[in-house]
This record gives sequence, C-alpha cells and structure tokens, in this order.
Amino acid sequence: MELEGNVPSKKMFAIPNVQTPNQQVIFNPDVCNGCNHCVEVCQIDVYIPHPEKGKPPIILHPEECWYCGCCVNDCPRPGAIEFNWPLALRGYWKNKKTGKIGRV
Amino acid sequence: MTTWHDYLKETGRPPSWPYPVRFEEEQEIDTDVLVIGGGIAGCWAAISAARQGMRVVLVEKGDTIRSGAGGPGCDHWCNAPANPLSRVDPDGWARHMADRPYSNGIGIQIQCREDYDTLLEMEQMGGKIRDTGDEYVGAEGRDEKTRLMISPRYGTIHSYLPDPRMGEPNFNPPETRSNVVIRVWGSTFKPALKKECRRLGVRIFDRVMGTSLLTEGGAQGARVIGATGLNTRTGEFLIFRSRATILSTAGAGSIWLLSMELGGYSNMISRAMSGDGTVMAFRAGASLTRMEATGVVMIATGLKHKWYTGGGDASYENVPIVDANGRRLPYPIQGWEDAGAMVPTPEIQEKVRRGVQSGEYALPFYADFPSMPEVEQDATWKLMLGEESTTKIIIDTYNRAGFDTRRDMLQSYKFIEGQSLPQWREAGYGGGLLVDWNLRTTLEGLYAAGTQMFAPEDHSYAAATGRYAGRKAAAYAREVGGAAPDRCQIEAEKNRVYAPVRRSGGIEWKELHAGIARVMQYYASEYRTEPLFQIGLDALERIEAETVPRLYALDPHKLMRSLEDLSILEYARIILRASLARKASSLPLGFHRIDYPALDPPEWNKFLTVTLDNDRVRIGELPQNFWGDMRQQYEAHNGDYQGVYREK
Repeated sequence: MELEGNVPSKKMFAIPNVQTPNQQVIFNPDVCNGCNHCVEVCQIDVYIPHPEKGKPPIILHPEECWYCGCCVNDCPRPGAIEFNWPLALRGYWKNKKTGKIGRV
Repeated sequence: MTTWHDYLKETGRPPSWPYPVRFEEEQEIDTDVLVIGGGIAGCWAAISAARQGMRVVLVEKGDTIRSGAGGPGCDHWCNAPANPLSRVDPDGWARHMADRPYSNGIGIQIQCREDYDTLLEMEQMGGKIRDTGDEYVGAEGRDEKTRLMISPRYGTIHSYLPDPRMGEPNFNPPETRSNVVIRVWGSTFKPALKKECRRLGVRIFDRVMGTSLLTEGGAQGARVIGATGLNTRTGEFLIFRSRATILSTAGAGSIWLLSMELGGYSNMISRAMSGDGTVMAFRAGASLTRMEATGVVMIATGLKHKWYTGGGDASYENVPIVDANGRRLPYPIQGWEDAGAMVPTPEIQEKVRRGVQSGEYALPFYADFPSMPEVEQDATWKLMLGEESTTKIIIDTYNRAGFDTRRDMLQSYKFIEGQSLPQWREAGYGGGLLVDWNLRTTLEGLYAAGTQMFAPEDHSYAAATGRYAGRKAAAYAREVGGAAPDRCQIEAEKNRVYAPVRRSGGIEWKELHAGIARVMQYYASEYRTEPLFQIGLDALERIEAETVPRLYALDPHKLMRSLEDLSILEYARIILRASLARKASSLPLGFHRIDYPALDPPEWNKFLTVTLDNDRVRIGELPQNFWGDMRQQYEAHNGDYQGVYREK
C-alpha cells in the first residue's frame, strides 16, 4: 500500500477513524468473481455485496466479526479471500530442533 | 476496494443500502410448526417436525447454512452412551451426568437415549461420522470395525472438574474407558441439515430475527399462537401464525463485555447470540430458571487470545505441554492420560504458577506436537481442530504460514496472558426456559430445545433435544387448531421494533450495550450483595427509562443490533432479579454472595424460577431433580419412539 495512486493531491474527505480491526479478510480481485457466497454464509452480516456486479464484497462491519472463518472456508474459488487476523490475535510457534520462532 | 473507507475514497460517496428497504411493511405466514432459531437444535427440530408430515417454518437471524454455535463445525459428539462401543448403560450414564447440581435431567436423558440415533441420521443426511477414508488408522480410540473414533473426553467419568489422580500411570486404561464421546467431522453437518430441511419442504426464512411471541388474545401467560419477526436486511415485519412454536435460539453472550474495537467481536459466542428467545418467552409469560448462574470467560474477550478454545492453553487432546526449555510441565492434558479433563487441578495450576515465578519453568510454554506419534498429531490437528467450531480457519492460517506439527511446537497463551478478570462474565450457558418431559415450556403451544433450555449442554444435546422437541411439537400441532393473532399485540410490537428507526438521532446500540455491560461488571460480578444488586437493577431501569427512548438506528442491520441490545438489557434485569432472590452462595452456580457466604446450604439446594405475571416478576421454586425418575419418565413419554429414521 504505497502512496502511488493515493497521492494527497486527490480529494480528501473528512471521515471518522477506521474501525479496529481494520479488515479481517483480504480479497483477491483477480480471483474473486463477486459471487457473494461469503456474504450469505456470514451469520453476522459483516459484508454487503459490492454495488458493481462481479466485484468482491465490501466489508461493512469488520468489528462485528467473531472469526468463525466460514467466509474463507466455504469460498468456492480458493484464493479469492484470505483471512487477515488482527495484529492482536496472531500466533507464534517454535521449531523444536532449531528453536527458530515462527509467526502467523 | 473492499473496505467501506476505500469505497468512499474511490467513488466519493458511501455505498447505498444494498437491499430493498421495507420498514413497517408486513408479511403473514401460516404454518403448523414454527421454529425460531436455525442453529443445530432448530434445524433438527424443523427436520423432525417435517418428518411427521407437518408444514414447518424455520426462522433464522443469519443464514441457516452456517449459523449458530455449531455452524462452522463440531469435533465431538459428546454424549453417545448408546453407541456400539460404549461401555456404559445410557440410563445409568444419564443419571451420572445429571448428578451434577443444577443440571437438566430431562435434556440429558433425551441426549443419552437418542443422540446416537441422531448421529446415525446425521450420517444418512451426508454428515461424516467415521474415518471412512482410513486417514487415522492406528490412532488411539479408533475402532477398526465401525471406523468410529472414540475421543478421550469423559474417558472414565464425565467431569469438567479435574480428578487428582489423573495423569498417573494406568489412570485411564483402554479396557475400562466409557467410550461415550465420538470424534466427528462436524464441518459437514450444518450444510447437510439445511439441505435436508429443503428436501423436506421446510420453509426457511433466513435473515429474520424473531422479536416476540404472539399469544391467544394477546394475554401474557396464554397459549402461544405464533411470533413476529424482523428481516434484518430489509426491515420488513413478519407475522407468523402457528399451531406449535419451538424456540431454539441461543443464550445471551456479551452481557458483561463489549470490547469489539480491540479484537473484533472475538468472544466465545458470536454477536448473534443475544438471548432474544429467552427474553421473548419471558415477556410472553414463560418461566425461566437458573438465571442467576454465570461464569468467567476464560479466553477471547478481545483482551485475551481466542486461538485454541477449550482453555486457551494449547493443551488440546494429547498434546504434552513443555516450557521454553523443553521441560514437560506437570500439567494434565485433555487426552487419554487424564481421561479428557478440561482443566488441571487448582493445586497443579498453583504449582506451575509458582514454578514460573521461581524460574523453574520458563515462559512461554509450547504444545509439543513433534513428541507425539504422527497419527495422533493428525488426529488432533486435522480432525479435532480442523472440525471444531471456529478453529478450522486458525489451523488453516497456521498451515499457510508454514507451521508443521511434525517439527514445530505451538505457543501456549495460558499463564503468559494472565487471568481473566472476575468481571468478564457470561450467562449464555446457564439459565433458560423451564421445560417438561415433552420439552414444552410453561406456556401451552411453546416448546424449547438446545441452548434455549436451562442448563444446556453441547452440540449433540442440541441436536437430540431439537429432534425430540420437533416430534413433540408436531404431535401437539396435530391436535389443535390455529388462532388469529391479536392486532393490538402486533401493533404494540411494531411500535417497539421500529422505534429506533423512527428517530432521527440519539444514542446508538454500541454505547447502550457498553453501558449495560458496565452496570453488570459493577453490580453483578465478583462482589455480590443485596444493595449492589439493587443499585444494579435501578441503574438498568434508569437505562430503560432514559436511554432506550433515545435509541437510534440508521438501517435494518443496526436496528437488529439495537433490538438485540434491548434483549440483553432485559436479560440483565432478569439476572439481577434472580440474583436478588437467591439469598445464598452456590459453587455450581458460580454465585458467591458476601451477605450470604455459606456455600450451598441445604435449604437453598433448589431451582429458582422467574416468571412475568401481569407484568410483575414472580419468583418460584422447584426441587433439584424435579423431573422425577429419568428412565421411567422418559419411557412413559416415549412409548411410540421409533428410533432411527429410515428415509422414505
């Protein structure tokens, strides 16, 4: 997310802070065909369909997500949607032999 | 461009509401059996009633395909003493289970008698219950002939409370295990249930929140003849007329906590679970019980880690816990060594805590997967965690990031993240509707199943009691006629439901919710006295009088959240009413009073019931084991039970 295409000279809106967590999934618009299966599967209605057909849904209520994962688990196009755990909810592990720490 | 802010930035305007808006518009639906709540219990209830030839309507706040606590998955069918590998008698096991104080002997007896049949029906519908692909050959507990996989949980006895002998050699030898818990591939269940509902012609109303029950003549305490609902996307008002109604919504989560801005709504219970069913039944005049029972939330909350539920300690089945230097902790595991105990003894916890302070055990701790046989690693990682509720996405995330059980040890957050505060409580699994041997509530025409009942248990309990309630409600519906709802009752409910969208400003649901939670943290948590309860009740009544009339919602979704918080407000008041009534402390109820410190005095070993009678709260009493002889009662009520359904 570099500044390119997002230069300050563009019109700037006065908008509230972004909710935390910011976005619990990341869509890949090249793979997602906007079928909205994730919109239907979500019991919380975190998403709404994109106004433009064929585009990935809009995450409207990220802070209501309870991380059940069904939107990703049940996606009919693997790779279209990937989970993006909030920074406060990441996990760690350790290679038993080398001691090297891994992290999600 | 998938966040709201990105969209605004790109297009220069916010997205329009994507669904048609139908506030105040009405739709009327007539049915024989109405089921409110499309989770595990509700789907089973709908299927079971439809198999009796009834017209069935199923109302679900989310989408039935994955909704409810058991929607994402389920790794254990927790009480199937009637399974062919079991070493215990179902009736004897039921009595043993119901020996725990303030349990629900009716639901437990139904579960123990019928949940293996229920599981076989699940398999008929396409749910996976055996290792048909021979993925886990050689795993402990796997039966070669049936390919069922027995779990260590409840290996000897049912106990969430640890046995001091656990972990000792020969504590839980294979030849004496109870074999009552079966590992299952529960992620296959919910879609199969929805499909079966469809096949049987159940009319499913997804994205509809039940808001109230309709009673004959609109009177509190009268026969239930239907319900009202709100479409949570369009705002449309639905009026359901039914001969019998089954409530199968969840308990209430997040009464004490609202910390979504930290880690999202990352409680054990999803936001959708807000006690709506309990509250609508209460308002209609049904009796509730065990409402004073609450417990501390041990994980998640947004403030603690959610990963690996069941203790937050990475001690999922069979995985030994080691310290940062690889030293094994004297910590029992949820495995064969300790017969599946869920928690260590307080003595062991204290020993580990002292060991950490003195440097004997180095933090952080790890789950030592590589020390286990490969098939056991897989049975834990792929089957248990891969199929359990919300953990599939977690292990998938780890896998993608390169974690491998063959070589890596998973970090445990137990100890390092500290204790939960006593004020982080939940009531979701404690209180609920009082039921009889037909799973009928105290109101004619109203039945309950799963978590909707008092003292509910787990997934298989929800399934078995849902299936049973569907049968009983169908039998009742066959005998009675319908009744026309009372228009005044409908108008009053419409006024209540739409009030937040008729206002042009005020207070939004999150602030209301946080205010209720704070009252409960202060006045109904660790320190309990008569005056504190009274202050709490007054504070909630003040919220009702001053804040609720200002509650404001911008769209159908926020209206749903607002109505949920009104349920939570009522639920909180019921908890305080019940708390005031129990003038004694109780260990099993998680209820310690400063002004009545004696624990479980014999004269208080009874259920307290809470009922609204002419809009006044009435407290009643019922003896423990009020259900009578469980086996006799079950048989007296189920002479016509036909066992496993054979598809026609």
